[in-house]
Amino acid sequence: MRKYWHVIKIGFENTLVYRFNFIIRAAFGLVPLLATIYLWRTIYRGQASPVGSYTLPGMISYYLLVTIVDTFTAVNEDDWQIAADIKDGNISQFLLKPINYLTYRLCLFFSGKAIFAAASLLPVGLFIFFLSKYMVAPPDATALGCFVLSTVLTGLLQFFMSYTMALAAFWLLEVSTLIFIIFAFEYIAGGHLFPLNILPPGIEQALNFTPFPYLLFFPVSVYLGQARGAALWQGLGAQAAWTISFYLLARMVWNRGIRKYSAVGG
Amino acid sequence: MNSDPPNAVARLRRYASIYAALWRNSVVREMGFKSNFLLWILVELLWFGLQLSFIGVIYLHTDHIASWTKWEVVMLVGASHFIQEIFQAFFLTNCTQLSELIRTGRLDFMLLLPVNVRFLISLRQVDLGGFVNAASGLAIMGYAARQLHLVPSPLQVIAFVLLCFVGILIHYSLMFLLASVAFWTVRAQGIVWGYYSLFNLARMPDEAFQGFFRAFFTFAIPMLLVVNVPVRVLLNRLTSPGQMFLLLGAGAVCFLLSELFWRFSIRHYTSASA
Repeated sequence: MRKYWHVIKIGFENTLVYRFNFIIRAAFGLVPLLATIYLWRTIYRGQASPVGSYTLPGMISYYLLVTIVDTFTAVNEDDWQIAADIKDGNISQFLLKPINYLTYRLCLFFSGKAIFAAASLLPVGLFIFFLSKYMVAPPDATALGCFVLSTVLTGLLQFFMSYTMALAAFWLLEVSTLIFIIFAFEYIAGGHLFPLNILPPGIEQALNFTPFPYLLFFPVSVYLGQARGAALWQGLGAQAAWTISFYLLARMVWNRGIRKYSAVGG
Repeated sequence: MNSDPPNAVARLRRYASIYAALWRNSVVREMGFKSNFLLWILVELLWFGLQLSFIGVIYLHTDHIASWTKWEVVMLVGASHFIQEIFQAFFLTNCTQLSELIRTGRLDFMLLLPVNVRFLISLRQVDLGGFVNAASGLAIMGYAARQLHLVPSPLQVIAFVLLCFVGILIHYSLMFLLASVAFWTVRAQGIVWGYYSLFNLARMPDEAFQGFFRAFFTFAIPMLLVVNVPVRVLLNRLTSPGQMFLLLGAGAVCFLLSELFWRFSIRHYTSASA
């Protein structure tokens, strides 16, 4: 698959141009995060009991892990670019060439994430080092290994979900609001704002039937040793199932969309 | 420059009529995409709900953050939303677009117009959805006030509104200052959005922070004053009137700095397209 290596290389080159923007974004994004951590510290100082199952180091580790997983897996520009490709008629060329658009985008996502992670290394690394006295270690090697595996699945799931969403551009003129609405749900139901297991149990269980916890919360809870034994394997199974489902959905929506596509301006 | 009273009035009237034309323009543009306009309001409402639910979840597990109780913090989040949305309505798009104006050379045409260029750049577009969303912030504040059995005096309300304006002036000045960096580098847009992410600090109670972090975001970038001070006035929680003067002083300094930097930038401007 030499042609796709080529795509990855192009992706590297394109993203490198924006490395300065990445560093700025990563650095500024850390300030509100630091504020949230300080907020929790103040809360713990004011009371004796832990919050849910979290001690203060546990809570701070949670947010640090969220930052790490997010750096490696979050979709940045891909969905906007896909929607723009469809709207501007750029995808016409892919219909004529022996190259699969989904694989092409996946390669670009991969190279973009690699560059973003490398650019974030300095600010995020410093940040975690600064708070390292709070960072807890994973309980055992299994947890660490499954954390890595689950983070990879999170990246794929993130990508397939965004890809499917962006394909709405085949039918809608404006997809940015749709993307923002889904992102809002992901932000709260994925565990960006707070750990999902400090929610009332009913709500937490209901969320487990949606793909959202697998977009961020699950790998973090694996690292922290909250998902163990049968729950760990069940969770990984569910995450894999969601990932495959969204892959299939993406292909189905693409096939439908192509039939509707009329290459405006292409 | 001539500043005789009749002349000043005429100038004011002229700028008012220019601004009215800009408003008409914005209304027409927004109404061209009605469903989009409504969807964006929905998006903003969702994010507002999200912030409130964060507070709700925190207070499931504690009954105070430093000395702030639940409904006091809700009041703070509501006020922060109000200030942010009004800022967004008047200034946000205009500030973020400055780098585009420079890159595409459209700024050159504006420089030729017989108006104050900063006025034109800062107020070119009005984002009408911002007013609707600002109202939702006020509604939540009203609800929180009822939960607190709080009936502010007219004087408190007037002080609150005035201090909110100072807060908006600070946001605008700092963002315009950062947007002016675009005169030197194409990367200004990243910095402007970076500043925007700092807005997240404004809705947190100032007492949650200590030491260098608190000092920095009080005196260097007055994020912890912009919303906290007006809300403290409403809640009778002002520790000293000094806090109000601090906010006023910060507003004056920020505006002055942004004006000085703007003049400096525009003097060194040598068009992108030439």
